[in-house]
Amino acid sequence: MHQLLDAVFEPGFFASPQVHIAATIGGVVAIVSAVTGVFTVMRGQSFGGHALGDVSAAGGSAALLVGLTPVAGFVGLGIVGAAAMDMIGVRRLRSRDLATGVVLGSAIGLTALFLYLTSTRGTTTGAPQQILFGSIFTTTSSTIPVVAILAAVALGAIAMVCRPLLLATMSPDIATARGVPVRLVGLVYMLALAVSVGLSSLAIGAILSTALLIGPPAAALRVTNKVVWSVTVACLFGVAATWIGILLSYDSFYWGASHQALPVSFFIVAAVIATYLLAGLVARQRAPAAVDHGRAG
Amino acid sequence: MAEDTIISGPGSPVLDVEGVSVTLSGREILDKVSFQIRAGEFTGLIGPNGAGKTTLLRVVLGLQRPGGGQVSVVGRTGSPRQQPIGYVPQKVLLDPDLPMRARDLIALGADGSRYGLRLPSRQRNEAVREMLHAVDADLFADARVGNLSGGEQQRVLLAQALISRPRLLLLDEPLANLDLRSGQEIVSLLARIAREQQIAILLSAHEMNPLLPVLDRIVYLAGGRAASGTTSEVITTERLSALYGHHVEVLRVNGRVLVVAGDPVGGAAAAAGPAAGAG
Repeated sequence: MHQLLDAVFEPGFFASPQVHIAATIGGVVAIVSAVTGVFTVMRGQSFGGHALGDVSAAGGSAALLVGLTPVAGFVGLGIVGAAAMDMIGVRRLRSRDLATGVVLGSAIGLTALFLYLTSTRGTTTGAPQQILFGSIFTTTSSTIPVVAILAAVALGAIAMVCRPLLLATMSPDIATARGVPVRLVGLVYMLALAVSVGLSSLAIGAILSTALLIGPPAAALRVTNKVVWSVTVACLFGVAATWIGILLSYDSFYWGASHQALPVSFFIVAAVIATYLLAGLVARQRAPAAVDHGRAG
Repeated sequence: MAEDTIISGPGSPVLDVEGVSVTLSGREILDKVSFQIRAGEFTGLIGPNGAGKTTLLRVVLGLQRPGGGQVSVVGRTGSPRQQPIGYVPQKVLLDPDLPMRARDLIALGADGSRYGLRLPSRQRNEAVREMLHAVDADLFADARVGNLSGGEQQRVLLAQALISRPRLLLLDEPLANLDLRSGQEIVSLLARIAREQQIAILLSAHEMNPLLPVLDRIVYLAGGRAASGTTSEVITTERLSALYGHHVEVLRVNGRVLVVAGDPVGGAAAAAGPAAGAG
């Protein structure tokens, strides 16, 4: 038993302060992503979530350029981007898609500029890697309170509007008839999404934030029949994938002779994808009839 | 041409539509439509396809701003509505991936407009069970709504609208997706609900015959104009001819009403309106 544990957890894993920080931030980020992600998947706004990741990247790289902490840029510009996307294209699906595409394109352009300027000025090394692919192992413990507060704000906002949001997701017309301010509720959700994606950018990178936002909820929706269970299971999947990713990345240092740890973001995303595929298998086992209709497969 | 025969009833109207006109991309959809519905009245919004029924419902819901006239619900005008309205749209796209069972959707009708997290409530669960039973949905209570048939979804959506105990209930073509028997069941269920709970119901349909035994009043739409009153007042040769702007004949055959164009004696009567030749 001991030998097995030693094989799974390489020396110093539980004692490492960096692992503690990464596991804390990663866990919190996974929960926020899972909760907002369930609504993102139900509303069919995965593309919007991805675009906000790119906006986050622009914000994070701008923050680095002017010497701020990246998380301020990730979340700050994300919120501006979410508001802009809501203003440009609401209601109609097609215009929402176009607005998302325009915002996404501009954001990537700005990211390219800011990252270029940052690296040529030589103030920070590894800026592209940090912004685009995450920095969970290099984040200091002083970031934890900021992450916790932002997470609480996003989760609180979602908790506040969850029922009207669900009603509006099902049918905007029914929601309006019931007196739900559909537009306002949608905006609150978008802002929570921006915060969630911003935090996710910090952990696994702006580009990969979509994986944590969409993967665990998509997997959870395959195996649950009730929104509250989808959210719960998505949180479990997300946290599990993040922690497994952290562990594997830590362990990978001991795998080869070269003693080169592989990136944590890769392992987290790999674990997310594995979860998604496993959930598909479970759903297939449970409801063969649904597979026949091409729904669970 | 929107004269309104107001039957004196107790209290003020739950729904008061006053001279509503709507023009959409240059086409006049509704032309000074006026009518009232009081508590407990089951009103049919009848008219051929394209007569403006859905547009009128959207105006009442506050989803469509009228070019002229106004709508008040329980004495209040303007949008967003202060008074919640129960609404069953003609078509709701319920995705099979939506992790929601029939009973969850109905529960959302009870408290979907409330903020904050939902607390467990035995009272709500009991109300949901009652509604499931009322619309005969017990058998698929735990199925995903996205996997239900059109008629099953319709019944769940009706329960979802009723559970909030609205003063006004709007249904857009609820019978279109149902077989005859389920249609009759829904109609008599609605009639009972209107009477017992004093809800004003406005139900749109292009086929009036299944509704005639239970309707208290009728709003007949044709060419964007409306005639309203009791069915015996509205469904007459004179009233409908004036509404259509050309001669139509109202025939009563075996308890069914047929609206046909031209002279029925000629034998080549063409269908002019709803219910014509329908079984």
